[in-house]
Amino acid sequence: MSEFSTWDVFRNLLAAVPWTIYLSLIAFAGGAVVSLILLSLRLAFPRVAGRPVHLYVQVFQGTPLLMQLFLVYFGLALMGIQTTPLLAASLCLSVYSSAYLTETWYGCVLAVPKGQWEASSSLGLPHWQQMLLIILPQALRLSVPPTVGLMVQIVKNTSLASIVGFVELTRASQIIANATFEPFLAYGAVAFIYFVICFSISLCGRHLEKRIRI
Amino acid sequence: MSLSSFIDVLHSWPSLLNGLGMTVLLTLISCLLGVILGTLCAWASLKGPKPLRWFIRAYVEFFRNTPFLGQIFFIFFGLPALGLRMDPFTAALVALTINLTAYACEIIRAGIEATPAGQFEAASSLGLKPAQAFFLIIIPPAFQRVWPAMTSQLVIMLLASALCSQISVAELSYEANMIASRTFRNFEAYIVVTIMYLALAVLFRELLTWVGRRFVFGEFATAGQR
Repeated sequence: MSEFSTWDVFRNLLAAVPWTIYLSLIAFAGGAVVSLILLSLRLAFPRVAGRPVHLYVQVFQGTPLLMQLFLVYFGLALMGIQTTPLLAASLCLSVYSSAYLTETWYGCVLAVPKGQWEASSSLGLPHWQQMLLIILPQALRLSVPPTVGLMVQIVKNTSLASIVGFVELTRASQIIANATFEPFLAYGAVAFIYFVICFSISLCGRHLEKRIRI
Repeated sequence: MSLSSFIDVLHSWPSLLNGLGMTVLLTLISCLLGVILGTLCAWASLKGPKPLRWFIRAYVEFFRNTPFLGQIFFIFFGLPALGLRMDPFTAALVALTINLTAYACEIIRAGIEATPAGQFEAASSLGLKPAQAFFLIIIPPAFQRVWPAMTSQLVIMLLASALCSQISVAELSYEANMIASRTFRNFEAYIVVTIMYLALAVLFRELLTWVGRRFVFGEFATAGQR
């Protein structure tokens, strides 16, 4: 049996970092697209779309991501679509993130003070112009800190893709722990790598927050 | 997928019930411990000696910026290398509590920082000791301020407890896996259990709202607001 050095463990873990990052980017982009659609529906037709969108958010925020992942994984197979761990994980994480992003961004729109609506309507702007020119730019600023927080959550949640067999950081650490009999080192190192990724995102967020302070 | 395949799954109701009980138990214990420890950490991170403050800061940042799944694996598979061996249930409880403490500390700290400094000065001018002032004067309105955020975090904790199945704690999602492999009704088993989780989350949210009204926003707390 060969010996494994600390560097061997780290090197092999680092090789899995890109997959965690790809998956995070897919989940964030997918989530953002879905939630922008849901958000515009909710804002444009509050009466008709309000309840269904709220229900969507409740369902995905009220069930464990793990169960959603299994449902997508086995659901796709039931529909006769060949499931790969990457497909299931991207799909599931996108939908899951979209629920959180929709709710957060909707809250940001609501958080714009009411006076702004009144002022813009007293200027005679039509509803869509009020929305586009007055409310959304302010909501966008408000949304920066929670969005960065959600990005960190998404990176952390990609670890669940390991459970359906997608080889990203967490799966890699399991494989390495089993191969080297050094679980302490492998799991400790992977926690450290996640921390470096997530903490840098948090720091960037804080920096951005300071720069755009209203 | 047909009705009969759901019946196959529901035939295993005793194991579903066991799993449900285990999920509830894990959630309640870890939430209680997490909120208590989180409050103490919040206090220490604001009023404690400098090294303790740094330690808590580092603790909070570390556990908020690493995945919960990794934390469970580290505690259950990694720590035995240091001679710290735990059974799955204890490991799950430790992981959940450690994780929630970090979030709760941050939430409560935000609530305390929003409390006007005059409150503390008023309390100490009445002759209250710092600890008394903190737990009697500062904490109740701070909790009131952050209760919605705390509720969300506790519900997230309930859902995160599903990951404890990965170290074979026999909670709800573990039972789902077991039923799935016993009946070959994967999709149906996960649908049933997902609905159970949803119901549990809704109930838990209601319970926390009630607890908030009864104990956090109670007459005592609102009397102070007037």
